[in-house]
Amino acid sequence: MNVLAKKDKGDLILSLIGELDDHTSAETRARLDEILENAVFDCLIFDMKKLSFMDSTGIGVLIGRYKKIKDKHKIYIANPSKNVDMIFQISGLYNVMPKI
Amino acid sequence: MCENKMTLSFLAVSENESFARSAVAAFCLGLNPTIEEIGDIKTAVSEAVTNSIVHGYGNSGKGFVTITVAVNGETVTIKIADEGKGIDDVSKAMQPFFTSGDIEERSGMGFTVMQAMMDEVNVESQPKSGTTVFMKKIIGSGVRDA
Repeated sequence: MNVLAKKDKGDLILSLIGELDDHTSAETRARLDEILENAVFDCLIFDMKKLSFMDSTGIGVLIGRYKKIKDKHKIYIANPSKNVDMIFQISGLYNVMPKI
Repeated sequence: MCENKMTLSFLAVSENESFARSAVAAFCLGLNPTIEEIGDIKTAVSEAVTNSIVHGYGNSGKGFVTITVAVNGETVTIKIADEGKGIDDVSKAMQPFFTSGDIEERSGMGFTVMQAMMDEVNVESQPKSGTTVFMKKIIGSGVRDA
């Protein structure tokens, strides 16, 4: 699991690359927190295009980051696969991180 | 495809989550599932295996998870069993957002996701004896593709 960070004007785009499950969640959390603590940005976009697998553990990881930055930043989801999209839909994640 | 069956048993450590879902998915490939159907099976298996490792065995790394997969016609039947601490109240555990883990970082959506991805999900559990999840999916039903 890898996280690639890119700035596009005021947006911070974090690309999740690989498989996000219970086994990879701790390193993913740590990597995301490290980036978020050091970055200056307005909106955060999680790009799921290269996320080849995610189960509901990913919801916990994303909600955890949301709670940390929700007062200062808007968060969006981009390019989820059909399976990941379904997990986001049934969990209600799009209510706090809309799909763009 | 005619009837086929396999059993897989592995140590309850998180390193094996990816192996478990990939092995089950590979076994089902003979049914010519769509990419979404294979994704559904991998996700459901990952949820159940993670529950066994994290909740059943409390991340102790002790104990085994056993998966039995049977294919018959277009139907895949998956049984995932552990001998962990079991679930006190199965119907409560299956409610969305219920978790016995860290509420800050666990979604409590595992069983809900399994039910969304599979055609049938049943859970049997005995406190102090373990939990078995039974799941069924009909390949080619096209429900998700509509």
